[in-house]
Amino acid sequence: MANEVAIDIRDVSKRYGPRWALARLSYSLPVGRSLLLTGHNGSGKTTLLRMIATASFPTAGTLQVLGKDSRTDREAIRHQVALLSHASFLYEDLTAAQNLIVLGRLMGLEDPARDSAALLDRVGLSARTDNPVRQFSAGMRKRVAIARLLLKAPALALLDEPFGELDPAGIAQMEGLIAELKAKGTTLVLATHMVEQGIRLTETRLPSGAPGPGSTR
Amino acid sequence: MPHETPLVFLLVVVGLIGVHLFVPKTRGWVWKVVAGIGVVMFAIQPYFALVWAPPEREMGEVYRIIYMHVPQVWMALLALTINAVCSFAYLMKKSWVTDSLAEASAEVGVYFGIVGVTLGAIWAKPTWGVYWDWDPRLTTAAILIVIYTGYLALRGFVEDPEKRATWSAVMGIIAFVDVPILWYSVQWWNSLHQTQSSPKTVDPQMVMVLRWSATAFLCLLFVFIWHRYLAAKETRMKEVALPEALPPARPEAA
Amino acid sequence: MFNFALGPDTALMRAHAAGYLWLGILFSSVLSLGESFRIESENLSLDGLKLAPADARAIFIGKALGNTLMLWLLSLVLLPVTIALFDVKVTLGIPALIGILLIGSLAISAPGTVYAAIASNARARDVLLPLLLFPILIPALLGCVKASALIFEGDPMNQLASWIRLLVAFNVVYWALGFILFPRVIEDD
Repeated sequence: MANEVAIDIRDVSKRYGPRWALARLSYSLPVGRSLLLTGHNGSGKTTLLRMIATASFPTAGTLQVLGKDSRTDREAIRHQVALLSHASFLYEDLTAAQNLIVLGRLMGLEDPARDSAALLDRVGLSARTDNPVRQFSAGMRKRVAIARLLLKAPALALLDEPFGELDPAGIAQMEGLIAELKAKGTTLVLATHMVEQGIRLTETRLPSGAPGPGSTR
Repeated sequence: MPHETPLVFLLVVVGLIGVHLFVPKTRGWVWKVVAGIGVVMFAIQPYFALVWAPPEREMGEVYRIIYMHVPQVWMALLALTINAVCSFAYLMKKSWVTDSLAEASAEVGVYFGIVGVTLGAIWAKPTWGVYWDWDPRLTTAAILIVIYTGYLALRGFVEDPEKRATWSAVMGIIAFVDVPILWYSVQWWNSLHQTQSSPKTVDPQMVMVLRWSATAFLCLLFVFIWHRYLAAKETRMKEVALPEALPPARPEAA
Repeated sequence: MFNFALGPDTALMRAHAAGYLWLGILFSSVLSLGESFRIESENLSLDGLKLAPADARAIFIGKALGNTLMLWLLSLVLLPVTIALFDVKVTLGIPALIGILLIGSLAISAPGTVYAAIASNARARDVLLPLLLFPILIPALLGCVKASALIFEGDPMNQLASWIRLLVAFNVVYWALGFILFPRVIEDD
């Protein structure tokens, strides 16, 4: 278990249009470990998380997730990885419950309605399950999004600014949910500016966008 | 002029283009030879087209525009075929060569298409009495020009090189597949209320001059696409150059 | 709108009613196709769908069928309006016309879905979609207009079948192409 590699990044660069978002990154994270990504805005944290989730792919270099090549084996990776991103992935005109049920159906869950209701209850939204997401505040959307991630019960969870837009109670709750994921053996990658919480939840830290001299792998 | 002369020139030019494509070492000079042949052929072409070829039975001298009009439309179709092949090749295997060549051939193809159709319209005025007639050929050609102008617009609107390449390749295939359907539907639509006849008995001298002109335009097409390709490739390389100077990022234990 | 642009000549308008009907459907299609991908890009839901994971080809079929349904329903609303406004007789019967409206909606939706996906991610998407889509759709538009006109006015020379064949061929080609090419459009590699 300890020797299994969850994420293997080799000399990965990513270009968006004419701009390089990530240059020559190499890193590897064992299964079950948790990684904290820090760095200023635009340092490539989101880019890296999106690539690990196979929402996009390296321009150069190779990326393996859970032992599979991100480009050629994306389907298999997507079954086991979940991403909480800046964008909520939610449909504005569907209710919170409907948004989760759509995902549950795609995953082939037996009773997506029951699972969705249970998860929305856990993130404190049981009173609003049947309201369209359009009426939700940013913090509430974040809660639906984390419920969406939990529904997937991923082997590898990627969290991009999970504490953003949450109130203090929400932050505490999010911390609890993340700790719970970790306790279940989920491999975690956490990108946040809230370094205090981040360090508490993770074992390894990768400051991006501030390349030092030499290479350690 | 002996009967086979234009065909011999055509074979020589096609052979040279083949050498250029398959022997990369020769790419520095072969295109100059092709350009030279083209210049010589274009220099003599007016004599063949305006003096040597006999006047047409019904249209008289006016028909001579055919020697400019028809070869250009042929070249446009050839260029768009190259575009479709490159689009397909790009989707099979990502490559900046096929992407650049697709861009070059579409642009040159649209250029030849516009000139060819304009010449067709000029020809239509004295023969049919109007500049524009909803003749299937003209209509199809005009719609194709709009389609490929859209293709070029798409290339212009997308900044990311990979996305631009993929999307335009998809569009290149969709557009090319439209050509036969379009041709068929327009011809059919048209045939229901008028019929256009074109004489099929053509003087052998006319065929020779047509082949001569086509070969000259092939030289021009090749040189155009080659240079447009070089420019496109260079731009692409600048867009996608890896930042070699940056050292790898360094992980730290927290 | 069209009769204001062209002047009130009832006989002429009746003869061109099929054209007006299909131009109306075509212009509306740009709006509904664009909307079908606007809701996807609002919160990057399309990414959420891809990563769920849902097969990109299945997404194409779903989107294109959804767009077809939208267009068909819309055309069913436009149809009585057209019949009333231009005072046309439907010689070959309403069911045949409803069938043509369905085939036409399918024909617009297949390439329309692919192009809407492309345009929704590009700059100037509102200009780009009609610019790319309309010329490609000309064969389908011709087929739909001709077939509808024949259904309105009667088909003494049995031309209807060949126009329907053209539309079916168009559908087969573009649904197949969309099925194959759409994944390349939405996958970010």
